[in-house]
Amino acid sequence: MAILEVEHICKSFNHTEILKDISFSLEKGQVLSIIGSSGSGKTTLLRCLNFLEHPDRGVIRVNGETLLDTENPSTWQESSIRKKRLHFGLVFQSFNLFPQYTALENVMLAKELLAKEQPDYKKRKKEIHEEIRVHAQELLRQMGLENRMGNYPHQLSGGQCQRVAIARALALQPDILCFDEPTSALDPELTGEVLKVIRELADKNTTMIIVTHEMSFARDVASEVIFMDDGYILEQGDPHQVFEHPKEERTRQFLSHFTQG
Amino acid sequence: MEQIMEQMPIVLHSLNIGFLQTLKLFFVTLLGALPLGLLISFGSMSRFRPLGIFSKLVVGIVRGTPLMIQLLIIFYFPGLVLHNPIWGSGEAGRFTAASVSFILNYACYFSEIYRGGIQSVPIGQEEAGLVLGMTKTQIFFRVKLLQMIKRIVPPMSNEIITLVKDTSLARIIALQEIIWAGQAFMKGSQGISGQIWPLFFTAVYYLIFNGILTVLLSRLEKKLDYFR
Ligand SMILES: Nc1ncnc2c1ncn2[C@@H]1O[C@H](COP(=O)(O)OP(=O)(O)O)[C@@H](O)[C@H]1O
Ligand SMILES: [Mg+2]
Repeated sequence: MAILEVEHICKSFNHTEILKDISFSLEKGQVLSIIGSSGSGKTTLLRCLNFLEHPDRGVIRVNGETLLDTENPSTWQESSIRKKRLHFGLVFQSFNLFPQYTALENVMLAKELLAKEQPDYKKRKKEIHEEIRVHAQELLRQMGLENRMGNYPHQLSGGQCQRVAIARALALQPDILCFDEPTSALDPELTGEVLKVIRELADKNTTMIIVTHEMSFARDVASEVIFMDDGYILEQGDPHQVFEHPKEERTRQFLSHFTQG
Repeated sequence: MEQIMEQMPIVLHSLNIGFLQTLKLFFVTLLGALPLGLLISFGSMSRFRPLGIFSKLVVGIVRGTPLMIQLLIIFYFPGLVLHNPIWGSGEAGRFTAASVSFILNYACYFSEIYRGGIQSVPIGQEEAGLVLGMTKTQIFFRVKLLQMIKRIVPPMSNEIITLVKDTSLARIIALQEIIWAGQAFMKGSQGISGQIWPLFFTAVYYLIFNGILTVLLSRLEKKLDYFR
């Protein structure tokens, strides 16, 4: 069974349709890359999956559970949305780390707040915090940041910040981790270190959706590629097919910008 | 000179009592206006239109008129117009009326500073919190509040220093703060009259107190320098 099923997502801003009937599904452990020119709706799609935008139409299911169905108003109650978000993680283009917390604290904060809702929190308080800390340290080590845990975001490079942000998203163990152009805000020499950790996550069968302009990276790491154009999914397939033998003229045009430029 | 040294203990005693009243008004105003200002700023940012408009109207009126007039209206209006002198006639009543006026006035100024501070925190901070399953309340207190405080400390410091000096306006409803105490020696009080130096001497109190505040506030600013 697919871990994620998205059906007929539509979204307009001020009467302009940005997403026009988006449907796709994703298997557990797979990596989906979304490519497409600027303004085609990639960010809006990720924001809909993370409940930062409310789609006008459509269904989102994770592990067979219907998280959102615009036909069924009981699925968009404000109170339940917070928990539904936890199925997804989102790594932003601009990191959005919390500046007043160290790298380690950034990774721990949300988990600590969630732990307070556990019924046994009062009894096991110390233990729980210790578990969260150990897990956060492990994640930062995995991101190659064992020497940076006590640093504040402004003391870190862009690449280091983005790796903290990835650890922060992983700390909540989302079913699906989304990346919105994770390297677009970075100096070219720093993109490699971020792509490397994402690749390692793919090797560990982390289910991911990655919006990116790094075409060779997308081809390497993805099990499935979607090409979005003007709010539609114009082409979808395995990376070999989409990159080497695109069916659509638009896809070919788009890709040619990257091979020549 | 000799005469001043003789009068000094009497004058200082009077000024100390007056300054105590000044300090009381200052701290009561801060204690009331800091939280009330936050409420008003939430009001003026509210998506519920009537509340937004009402808050902005109140802030506009309060900031657009002199504090002196607000003091006079709040003190005299209930008694003279409504024939219901809620403040009473004693020093305690005058202090309450002055506190109410100052809290309302400063809360409005603070609310604009808070609003600027809250709106200057990038939207991405809130979104990052939401995506991590945090509640709006958690995001406000654990993510946005400290960033907001860092941004509002400098403008807030200015307002607070101004407040120290503005307390002297309460003299207009005969609140016996330090200027009132100093001036009493011009008309005559405790066997001293026709003396203007006690009034000038009140400046020393303001200078020392504002000096202490400035040091404390800039320390707070430095403390928040650890992040950007
Ligand atoms: N909150 C919004 N309000 C109005 N228009 C928006 C909003 N968010 C995105 N858009 C518009 O939607 C279109 C698609 O944006 P986006 O999803 O960011 O595309 P992409 O990430 O593919 O570059 C753009 O034209 C953008 O201006
Ligand atoms: Mg985008």
